[in-house]
Amino acid sequence: MSEPATSAVLPPMTGAAREARSEGVWLAAWRRLRRDRVGMVSLAIVLLFVLLIGLAATGLVARDWQTEVAVPSAPPTLLGPAPAVVRAEIAAPAGPPVDISAVDPLAPYYKQWAERAAQYKTVAVQRAETLTFGADRLGRDVLAKALKGTQTSVFVGLLAALVATVIGTLLGALGGFFGGKVGDFLEWLYSVFTSIPDILLILSFAVIFGRGIGSVAIILALVGWTGIYRQVRAEFIKHSTRDYVRAAEAIGASTTSRMFRHILPNVSHVILVRTSLLVVGFIKFEVILSYLGLGVGVDDVSWGTMLAEAQSELILGYWWQLAAATLFMAVFVTAFSLMTDALRDALDPKLRGLE
Amino acid sequence: MAAYIVRRLWQMIPTLLGVVLLVFLLFKFFGGDPAEILGGLNATPEQVQQIRDQLGLNSPWYVQLGIYLKGVVTLDWGRSWATNEAVGHIFATRLPATLTVMLPILVLDTLVALPIAMAVAYRRGSLGDRAIMVISTVALSISFLVYIIVGQYVFGFQLGWFPVQGWSDSTLTNLVRYVPLPVMLALMVGVAPQTRLYRTFFLDELGHDYVRTARAKGMTERTVLFRHVLRNAMIPILTNIGLALPGVFVGSFLIEVFFSIPGLGREVILAVNRSDYPVIQALTVYLAMLTMLINLSVDVLYKLVDPRVVLK
Repeated sequence: MSEPATSAVLPPMTGAAREARSEGVWLAAWRRLRRDRVGMVSLAIVLLFVLLIGLAATGLVARDWQTEVAVPSAPPTLLGPAPAVVRAEIAAPAGPPVDISAVDPLAPYYKQWAERAAQYKTVAVQRAETLTFGADRLGRDVLAKALKGTQTSVFVGLLAALVATVIGTLLGALGGFFGGKVGDFLEWLYSVFTSIPDILLILSFAVIFGRGIGSVAIILALVGWTGIYRQVRAEFIKHSTRDYVRAAEAIGASTTSRMFRHILPNVSHVILVRTSLLVVGFIKFEVILSYLGLGVGVDDVSWGTMLAEAQSELILGYWWQLAAATLFMAVFVTAFSLMTDALRDALDPKLRGLE
Repeated sequence: MAAYIVRRLWQMIPTLLGVVLLVFLLFKFFGGDPAEILGGLNATPEQVQQIRDQLGLNSPWYVQLGIYLKGVVTLDWGRSWATNEAVGHIFATRLPATLTVMLPILVLDTLVALPIAMAVAYRRGSLGDRAIMVISTVALSISFLVYIIVGQYVFGFQLGWFPVQGWSDSTLTNLVRYVPLPVMLALMVGVAPQTRLYRTFFLDELGHDYVRTARAKGMTERTVLFRHVLRNAMIPILTNIGLALPGVFVGSFLIEVFFSIPGLGREVILAVNRSDYPVIQALTVYLAMLTMLINLSVDVLYKLVDPRVVLK
């Protein structure tokens, strides 16, 4: 943190000496994180997911997840194509075809219709019998859906966590730094929000904001900011009386500058850990909201909408959509949680054990 | 002590007022129009207007807020607009169902997690310890929805061990027939993280000096663990149970919706969907009050368990 001061007594520092200055909190944390094998592996998996999400967002991957490329509920390739369903067919009539054109009222039009139909170009779609991860009820590729769903769900989780962090940090900083009337008011707001059960708040906000990716993020953020607020407030109360803040005040640093240029960087690691804890929680909430039909829009796909479809498919024995959504979610959330754990250990060993 | 309790109760009033205001504003100005929902799709504008008159939705907002506040003070909530059922009756009939599911979950969660947590904390760093950590992370990473969907399919539909869903009038039948499946699924998700949390509490206590002193005096490991460590670890564990208690009274709406259990959680969703103001308002205030009272009792309990705690 501290910049080595150039003093009159010590010789001015040359290049080599500057290199040796004490490392910052972020560099030290990175050094600790790199020694954590589990943490690094999960970080790599999370980065891989981020790459996938980037590809899906730019349309390089899973752009046409809505096209029906396979037969309805085509099984995964490993299982082989579904056995053909034997239907009792109407026996083909034997004997020569009977000429009924004399009594058929449509007979004069057949030729005309055939000509007109020939003017249109039709493409015969060869629907696949099997797909890598199978297909859903409409014959859409489950793998493409899962990729696109990953993009939606993770994006919602990250955005909501970001908004919640901004709200919580801002209010926490105000409450912790100023205290007094402002602090009392914010504490009151906090206790009001925490006294109402989450589900009721979420449902009522869902009614207000309607469906959509942005709405879900805002709803979750409005309900979830309280934890960050609480912690940031405590940190600001602790830091606002520290010597370095007093010193900043003495040299004439403005209130905003003291709050956000001096104190905020010193508590940012706490905020980062809190934010990543929120991401996991919000992703799970998005899944439940989308399942209830209050989440992402009808045209979007997320892990939640996939699960909602999968429930009725499962009864018919089509388990692959459920498996794909669960697999993607389990891998991402596990990796993200482990990464958060490693991050917490690396950034602030004192926070260990915080759930 | 008495002065403390009175002050805490006094402080609840502004919070409760805030809750009332927030809920009122949210539903009054942003929520759906209950008259249109009640009227249905074929209602004429005149009929909708009549319903609005009947429900008092046409009176100014402060009159409506006044009625709400009067309900809070007199604890008389009126009747549900959708079903004309007295709100008091809704509580009386839905709460038992919620408790029938949620209490076994809370009790079993704690009873299963405690011994495992103590064992793995005692053998810190062993295979079992690490296995618990891994299992709890993975178990938590999958949405509870998946557990319910797969659980109902496998245990209810395929194996036929339990009914997929349902409820009856007899508590005993419910406990024996309908409750086991949801409770089992909730335990599958809940026990591992609970164990993980309790493990940290035990580890915290095991590192203290008094444990070393007790061992140095020649006490058996059993005495050290059960008479010294367990008692001290009970403080954070009790807090944790206290924090979970309000949830027991709300019920898990996921469980109640999926297993068609007529409890309070399902009632919340139904009420919001119908914009049934009397029920929403009553539920919110009831739950807010409950949360605050439980928090107060946990704080008082601290004092009783640990005399070092100073209430201020």
